Amino acid sequence: MLLAIDSSAGTSAAVVDFATGILAEASSDDPLRHAEVVGELIAEVLAQSAVRVEALSAVALGTGPGPFTGLRVGMAAGRAFALGAGIPVAPVISHDAVAAGHYSSGAAGSLLVVTDARRREVFWSLYSGADPESIPHRIEGPALAKADATLPDADRRIDARSIPAGWLGMVAERSWAAGRAFPSGDAVYLRSPDVTLSAPKRVTG
Amino acid sequence: MSAVAAGSAGGQLVLGIETSCDETGIGIVRGGTVLANVISSSMEQHARFGGVVPEVAARAHLEAIEPALREALAVADVRLSDLDAIAVTAGPGLAGALMVGVGAAKGLALATGKPLYGVNHLVGHVGADYLVDTNAPDRAAADDGEPTIALLVSGGHTSLLLVRDLISDVELLGETIDDAAGEAFDKVARLLGLGYPGGPGIDRAAADGSPTAIRFPRGLTQPKDLAAHRYDFSFSGLKTSVARWVERQTDGAMEVDVADVAASFREAVVDVLLGKAIAACQDFDVPRLLLGGGVVANARLRAVAAERTEAAGIALRIPPFSLCTDNGAMIAGVGARLVAAGHPPSALGFGADSSLPVTTAQV
Ligand SMILES: [Zn+2]
Repeated sequence: MLLAIDSSAGTSAAVVDFATGILAEASSDDPLRHAEVVGELIAEVLAQSAVRVEALSAVALGTGPGPFTGLRVGMAAGRAFALGAGIPVAPVISHDAVAAGHYSSGAAGSLLVVTDARRREVFWSLYSGADPESIPHRIEGPALAKADATLPDADRRIDARSIPAGWLGMVAERSWAAGRAFPSGDAVYLRSPDVTLSAPKRVTG
Repeated sequence: MSAVAAGSAGGQLVLGIETSCDETGIGIVRGGTVLANVISSSMEQHARFGGVVPEVAARAHLEAIEPALREALAVADVRLSDLDAIAVTAGPGLAGALMVGVGAAKGLALATGKPLYGVNHLVGHVGADYLVDTNAPDRAAADDGEPTIALLVSGGHTSLLLVRDLISDVELLGETIDDAAGEAFDKVARLLGLGYPGGPGIDRAAADGSPTAIRFPRGLTQPKDLAAHRYDFSFSGLKTSVARWVERQTDGAMEVDVADVAASFREAVVDVLLGKAIAACQDFDVPRLLLGGGVVANARLRAVAAERTEAAGIALRIPPFSLCTDNGAMIAGVGARLVAAGHPPSALGFGADSSLPVTTAQV
């Protein structure tokens, strides 16, 4: 049983189980209030699923891509939750959750997942399909592109406004069960920090 | 207050998380005693920019917070299950940086089932005075410490407070209306090529200079300014004045006497900080002045504070330096006080408030 958290777009939390699927999921689309809602969403899914912290075996954590302050809120909460519960973090590329949801409906073929990176840029990942373990197969990305850039062709394109923590958790459960390697747990920013380094200006004419 | 008297063996076991600026601080206290005070600073990453870059600081917090938590628990030799509560800085500070701490605190609190207190960073600085650091026991246990005038000076804030009760009665008398004092040190140091952070560089250069060589302006000390800004500070005019002076020297092909400029600049800052702080002590008849914040590392500030408070019959209180800079122990200390005073935990939906007023000790 996993607690899943993603705050790369809005904020989403879920409790999932490999056998029984998504037990509870709660989300907020507010792109500005990650810090406010993250605790309530975690508490809500734990209460709704009636799963005790001791019953969790890991925290599935969306590592982005995400450009915003929000990404860090969920990651900090997830890492600290894992520390507090004495369980590991299972990192998941956030786009994989969107792809897992797509392929779960029986869809086949390639898929392009696109999320807003602000500043007229987007994040994208390309999938060829889902493998026999129902884990989406990412063949390119995550990457950053200009919003008007030509992105790879795919049978379907999903512009995701939110990342469902339930599917994120299921990707982690299935990857674990299949013995797949997890990605690095580092935040995926794909952008350097904003820094404006100006030389001291003259103050006299 | 006696329940959490400094140095007492008992008291609430509280873990504090501080991420308001560029230090990731995790502290653990039992009542008024510091058991761990782990600080991970991203200062070096900001050095080439000459000031704190918020995004760089926030990224560094995310990387540092978990190792710092583990280290603090190891240093204090306590388990999470032993804690009575968790406290976290809810503001004021850099929004993106604060949010990392708030997120982590919520995750930790939910996993452990511990009550969570979102507390005020500036109140934390004041509360540092009530803590005894067993790892740095270089000063006697505090008296009850109230009321006090508190002068908090760092790269992020310059505030003058009247503290009648740490968690229920803190009043903001004044603050900077432009740059923080620490920021002014950084900017002038950059102007003079003295490195970052500016304080140590200015101090070193000023050692050979004359504090009276150049009369730089004292912001908001003229009678017309005092009417509206008696306890407020302004350092941007001073910074510009230093820049102008340096440019004039350079334009006139004169050598800039860095030592004199540094010493005179520092004197102007120290003079105005302490002038206003001591005026506040006298105006409110408070015989105590507490200094806090990273600028307390400045030897000249401490020396002049000692001189002037003694002359005015005011007791001077300066916590150990490890508790003056931003740290988690001071946040834990406020948490311990809140718990001891029977305050309920903060509602789980609190956020990071970059401009949280000092009158709000707990969100
Ligand atoms: Zn501070």
